[in-house]
Amino acid sequence: MTALQEKPKAVTPSGSPPRRRGKRATALAGTDKLVLALMLGIPAFVHLLFVWIPALGSVALSFSRWNGIGGFEDIEWIGVGNYVEIFSEYPRFWPAVQHNLIWLLFLLIVPTSVGLLLAVLLDRELRFSRIYQSALYMPMVLSLALVGFIWQLIYTPDGGLLNSVLGLDKPVDWIGDSDINLYAVMVAAAWRHTGYIMLLYLAGLKSVDPALKEAASLDGASASQTFFRVTFPVMKPVNIVVAVVTVIEALRAFDIVYVINKGRNGLELLSVLVTDNIIGEASRIGRGSAVAVILLTISLGVIIPYLYQVFSKENRT
Amino acid sequence: MTATLERPSVPVKKTRPITPARIALHVFLVLTCLMTLAPLLWAVYASLRTYEDTSVNGYFSIAKSLTFENFAKAWEIGDLPHFYWNTFLITVPALVITLLLSSMVAFGVSRFSFKFNIALLMLFTAGNLLPQQVIVTPLWRLYRLIELPAWMSESESLIDSPLGVILIHIAFQMGFCTFVLSNYMKTIPYELTEAARVDGASVFRQYWQLTLPLCRPVLAALATLEFTWIYNDFLWALVLIQDGDKMPVTSALQNLKGTFFTDNNLIAAGSLLVALPTLVVFFVLQRQFVGGLTLGSTKG
Repeated sequence: MTALQEKPKAVTPSGSPPRRRGKRATALAGTDKLVLALMLGIPAFVHLLFVWIPALGSVALSFSRWNGIGGFEDIEWIGVGNYVEIFSEYPRFWPAVQHNLIWLLFLLIVPTSVGLLLAVLLDRELRFSRIYQSALYMPMVLSLALVGFIWQLIYTPDGGLLNSVLGLDKPVDWIGDSDINLYAVMVAAAWRHTGYIMLLYLAGLKSVDPALKEAASLDGASASQTFFRVTFPVMKPVNIVVAVVTVIEALRAFDIVYVINKGRNGLELLSVLVTDNIIGEASRIGRGSAVAVILLTISLGVIIPYLYQVFSKENRT
Repeated sequence: MTATLERPSVPVKKTRPITPARIALHVFLVLTCLMTLAPLLWAVYASLRTYEDTSVNGYFSIAKSLTFENFAKAWEIGDLPHFYWNTFLITVPALVITLLLSSMVAFGVSRFSFKFNIALLMLFTAGNLLPQQVIVTPLWRLYRLIELPAWMSESESLIDSPLGVILIHIAFQMGFCTFVLSNYMKTIPYELTEAARVDGASVFRQYWQLTLPLCRPVLAALATLEFTWIYNDFLWALVLIQDGDKMPVTSALQNLKGTFFTDNNLIAAGSLLVALPTLVVFFVLQRQFVGGLTLGSTKG
């Protein structure tokens, strides 16, 4: 594990060792070229066929009216009709957008700050540090579907842990009440997300050069000044990863609301509106695809800057 | 993690004075950990109690007796062995092939310089970050279109077949693995493969006999991570498999809920049984798990 952690680190600061470009590829023998082409070609084909072609398919279908069952000749092309309908008439759309936004803000604020705080607290010589870390990471290995099941035991009005601990006269229906169920579910989702954020920040904190902190404290900076003015800005790459992971996680949120009530009654999410067209009651492929395209657009909004920041370094070397 | 990394440099003799701040820190961390574990412990507690006990005294009470009966019942009523087997049939091939294919791509792009290297890596990385819902509708239709002989799939198409779920796991998870593996392979000195090439080793031997063995630690980390991710998948199987009997265990949970009625003790026991494989992996291979996730993020 030491090796695992240190190898990439050794490379990051100064860039990869100088390499002579172009030379190697030309010197390959015929069979080697073929082998290499297959080694790159087969995976690329699989990835394109099952990931990117369907993604583009969503874009195309978003301009159509189709029930998805019949053949392609039944597809009726209606231009931007689906988008118009979604924005103006579809009653579940705006609530879903709002819920996704609340979900995103909640994840960006709560697990991120808690995860960062825990990482800072654990990033020192501390007895039992490993045990603390194990306990805090544990929710991470559970699927969100399972998290939904486990938290239902806490939230149920009849004998759930939360109502029992609170000891209210009138039990609160944490999951059935559409005013609060979104928040209850988000707490459960955040429970699982926090460990991951903590892990990312712990790795980030370890990669910060101790000399920086030392210099700051020699200059008379207090511990909090050192953290906010030196350590935190230096961790920019980690902050970006955290932001990307959180946005994507918020857009993907599905399993947990689906196992709880199939994404209804206050738990509508964009992801539910898409899947409802293939496994739910609705069967409007075009409208569902238009929602998928909206998801795609938002996610590309974070994916592209992320790619830029990760790969721009390599372009330069 | 801290311990492994820092142990050699820390003199053992040094004893730190016990300050109030330290004690406060430990108290805070212990409380946080207990709160984190509370939902799981609550599920364990509920699963160990009998229906009679909890229906009379409520869940928030001291148990009269503890029993493993619920686990046996959930195992049997839920037909869990059958669903574990379905999961096994999906997870193992998907895991092996994902690692195989992504290590090939990573080898290609990190050992040779093509113009499209970065474009290819970006495509894989971006693909892995897409929300699944962006892909799922056309994929579902595409799967109904692709016909297969009956010996490959009972449904004679990719839909409703474990093969289809395996394929999308491979295609989707390859992005992350390629990203991590190519970063790792770039840190292996070029001189190694160069020397092998001068000695007349073919490209495939450079990959299979030289590079892959050096990647063992990352492959172990990725295998651990991918196992939990594929095991935990809910959406792909839910959409791409229509016959409830063929579903892997995570997606089958939804149906089990109906089978268990409203017996929360049974639901708790069933949930814990489903969580068990990933929890075991986490306890046994925690270093690999954490290491894999760290590796995925340290680049940049």
